[in-house]
Amino acid sequence: ETVTVAVLDHLEHLALVDFRNAEGVERLQKAIQFADQLHEVNTEGIQPMDSVLEDRCLYLREDDVTEGNCTKELLKNAREKIEEYFVAPPGNIPLPKLEERDTFLQGS
Amino acid sequence: WVPVVGLEIHAQISSNSKLFSGSQVQFAAPPNSLVSFFDASLPGTLPVLNRRCVEAAVMTGLALNCSINKKSLFDRKHYFYADLPAGYQITQQRVPIAVNGSLSYSLCVDNKMSQMVTKTVRIKQIQLEQDSGKSLHDDARSQTLIDLNRAGVGLMEVVMEPDMCCGEEAAAAVRELQLILQTLGSSQAIMAEGQLRVDANVSVHHPGEPYGVRTEVKNINSMRFLAKAVDYEIQRQIEELENGGTILNETRAFDSKLGCTIPMRDKEGKQDYRFMPEPNLPPLILYDARSLPVDMNHQQVVNIDWIRERLPDLPSVTRAKLVELYGILPEHSFTLLNEDGLAEYFENVIKKTQMKPKKVIGWILNDLLSYLKQHALTVKESPVSSFLLADLLNLLEKREISSSAAKQVLEELWKGEGKTPLEIVKEKKLELIQDQKELEQICQAVIDGQEDEVMAIKAGNLKVLNKLIGLVQRATRGRSNPVLVKQILEKKLSE
Repeated sequence: ETVTVAVLDHLEHLALVDFRNAEGVERLQKAIQFADQLHEVNTEGIQPMDSVLEDRCLYLREDDVTEGNCTKELLKNAREKIEEYFVAPPGNIPLPKLEERDTFLQGS
Repeated sequence: WVPVVGLEIHAQISSNSKLFSGSQVQFAAPPNSLVSFFDASLPGTLPVLNRRCVEAAVMTGLALNCSINKKSLFDRKHYFYADLPAGYQITQQRVPIAVNGSLSYSLCVDNKMSQMVTKTVRIKQIQLEQDSGKSLHDDARSQTLIDLNRAGVGLMEVVMEPDMCCGEEAAAAVRELQLILQTLGSSQAIMAEGQLRVDANVSVHHPGEPYGVRTEVKNINSMRFLAKAVDYEIQRQIEELENGGTILNETRAFDSKLGCTIPMRDKEGKQDYRFMPEPNLPPLILYDARSLPVDMNHQQVVNIDWIRERLPDLPSVTRAKLVELYGILPEHSFTLLNEDGLAEYFENVIKKTQMKPKKVIGWILNDLLSYLKQHALTVKESPVSSFLLADLLNLLEKREISSSAAKQVLEELWKGEGKTPLEIVKEKKLELIQDQKELEQICQAVIDGQEDEVMAIKAGNLKVLNKLIGLVQRATRGRSNPVLVKQILEKKLSE
């Protein structure tokens, strides 16, 4: 069972990763196969564990103002700024459709 | 056609600091001044849950008759947008903090206040989640300015099942939720400041058939627009289907200027949010009286029962109390609670006057409220305080002035010149004529001048008597007691 081009295309859209070449896809395939070994464990009736922190106490903070007020420092990271606002492009620029972009996936 | 309307409401939690960080929550501050390193999603930062936000969600869940989940979980909802620096929002998708509640609200039938119907909408769930930053679109320069002050502010998302059928019901339900939130203090819920945002899910179908495709309507900025947007979308869908078209499962924005919904630019197709558990936060555990841990630091414990015991009276309870205590009508109680401060004003007047509440309410709702509305004033801004009004009503109650004179005094009081009702009465000589002889003379004069009317009354047409009473009132410039005048006239006419 291989990962389909449709799924790879979907992943490139969503996560903006670039599989770049056949080797990249192969690496993904191998990773999935490796993880699939988990299915050998019988987990019927068992609640999934999603974190080893599940028995830890979730710490609750008091509702006090303790941070903020560091506009200058934050804006140091910005390539472009206007009057203390971060500047971003006008909207999300979606990845072009599979047919329209330059990716090795097209050939697959 | 059966329209089906569900709502997703985001209410900003009223707290000093944000949901997962210690930066301040405040409307209209200098851009990016209320932003911590975590809010800006800088590496090496972690979320730390604000206790106050948890309490606000529990309060709200209890007020909406929900089951509170003693164990709830946090998840990440991924999508890319410039005002979401982390690339994901921390929310509660799998197990939210509260589920399966209900909200009762009232509607006027046919716009008549006297006929109110109670409806209920089921609350699917309430979840805690982060707000995003704000995007200011500058289309002219093809850029967007990002302010992260709002990023990370705590939100309660209240999901209402599709139990509503039109804009009026949706608006009434949201209004009641708003009052509840404000009463609890869990959110100030001011729509104009973005503290209460509503998205509507709308579909139509034929009775007996399965539900139709639904659209989501966003960008509704006020209660008024909510009803309009929902009703427009219902109409649009009906027309589209009757013309043989289909409804797309899409997101539409409400354009308040044009009064219609338009598709939002959806270049990216359906979103895949790739929900995953938030790995940095263990489950949120809440306790009640029975499960209270003995050895834990109190500050770390949220006790549902403790919160339940301290819930204030909800609007529905306050309304019922007002009706029972003062004998006013249910629709009056709605109006009293609908205006901020009006119920308090009413009760303050009651305290200071001998006039019966059933009479006082008329002055509050007809005279005071209509004046305030005409001049776009809030109760707090009223130039006539509850003390002044009570003074005036006392004069009326003691029969020192007539009710029309009282209205004249009220006119003067609105000017806010600092005069007391008694001073105005003296100034304008509005006291009721107490002298019986004087009244009899005036009545006689009116009788003498209205031969035709007198004949009609003597012939049995008693309604004409009211005209004579009116004439006496006019002659005395409102200074005669109509009951007394009627007695005198009747006596004279029977002689």
